[in-house]
Amino acid sequence: MNVRAYVFGITAALFVLVMVIYLLRRRRLRERHAVWWMFAGLLALIVGVFPDSLEHAARAVGIELPINLVFFVSITLLFLVSLQHSAELTKLESRTRDLAETIALLELKVRDLTEQRAEESSEDEQSEPDETLGTDDGTGR
Amino acid sequence: MKARCYDAAMGTALEQTLIVMPAYNESHSVARVVTETRETLPGVTVLVVDDGSSDATSTLAREAGAVVVTVPFNLGVGGAMRVGFRYALEHGYQAVVQIDADGQHDPRTVQALLDGLDTHDIVIAARFAGEGSYVMRGPRRWASWVLAKAISRTARARLTDTTSGFRASGPRAIALFARDYPAEYLGDTIESLVIACRAGLTATQVPTAMRGRAGGVPSQGPLKAALYLARATLALMFAYARPKSRAPQTSEVSS
Repeated sequence: MNVRAYVFGITAALFVLVMVIYLLRRRRLRERHAVWWMFAGLLALIVGVFPDSLEHAARAVGIELPINLVFFVSITLLFLVSLQHSAELTKLESRTRDLAETIALLELKVRDLTEQRAEESSEDEQSEPDETLGTDDGTGR
Repeated sequence: MKARCYDAAMGTALEQTLIVMPAYNESHSVARVVTETRETLPGVTVLVVDDGSSDATSTLAREAGAVVVTVPFNLGVGGAMRVGFRYALEHGYQAVVQIDADGQHDPRTVQALLDGLDTHDIVIAARFAGEGSYVMRGPRRWASWVLAKAISRTARARLTDTTSGFRASGPRAIALFARDYPAEYLGDTIESLVIACRAGLTATQVPTAMRGRAGGVPSQGPLKAALYLARATLALMFAYARPKSRAPQTSEVSS
């Protein structure tokens, strides 16, 4: 392996790690989502710095072409992250639904209360009907 | 059991009944259906759940005398119905009857549904149980046959029309559905029944005649029907795959 490829591999892995840490520090990535990407970056860095480790690992699990191990691990990782995202999305959707339902019911309650109050205030001011018009449904009191 | 004794003593009066009407862009029919329902069933409260409509559904329903809840965006029938069940639970209604806003469901059947609630938790108005001339063919018919067989087994009762949206729920069903009512496709009909029956609630059916829809045509065509069969089967499988939900403890109602 030539030096350029060696440096390129390490640079790419470092870039991933720097990105993840940057986003973490800026709080634009939560820890539980960042863990997977950190893990991927670290693996890439290890393999980049010690290319022999990849060959040892491949032999250990019985894979003839070491690059296939890279593909396998990458795809598995992406699959798991994607699955986690689907689960998170489901959770968010169900929370959104809960909120929408609650808002709808609260809105109805607010409407009822406002109307009730408007009625009460118009009863109070029955003697001065002109004032009722002026105070605009009583909410301005 | 105690809740049921209470029901029998009080009778499920119309004042304690909430008609829930999910409506999504139904401005052409909602006012007429609300008016008809209120005339046929004096004393009943009609709750129209405006499921994120972009037309005048809310205003028209309110003018026709319904209580209107407006959901901020479209949730589907399941979401709209859970709003109804939550409202019923909060306000102490003893029965919830779901009626479509498009005028397919005849409000005169409601009394029969409510009578059924004296002995069961859920009463479905079934479209092919003798009355009316509702016919299905091809895959759509096989689908409803498979669904009916499977759900009847779970419910330990003969149910022939499990996808009917015209149904009544008693206090135990209201408490369960206010918490757990699926919003998925077909979830509001098939899965909700499976959830209820697996939680130990009882279901039965009464025959009803369906009327023509006020607008739009029911989706037909062999391809659509086949797709429906597949989705219905999938919905049923998912419903059984989920863990059982436990029936809520109905506290003794002391008046």
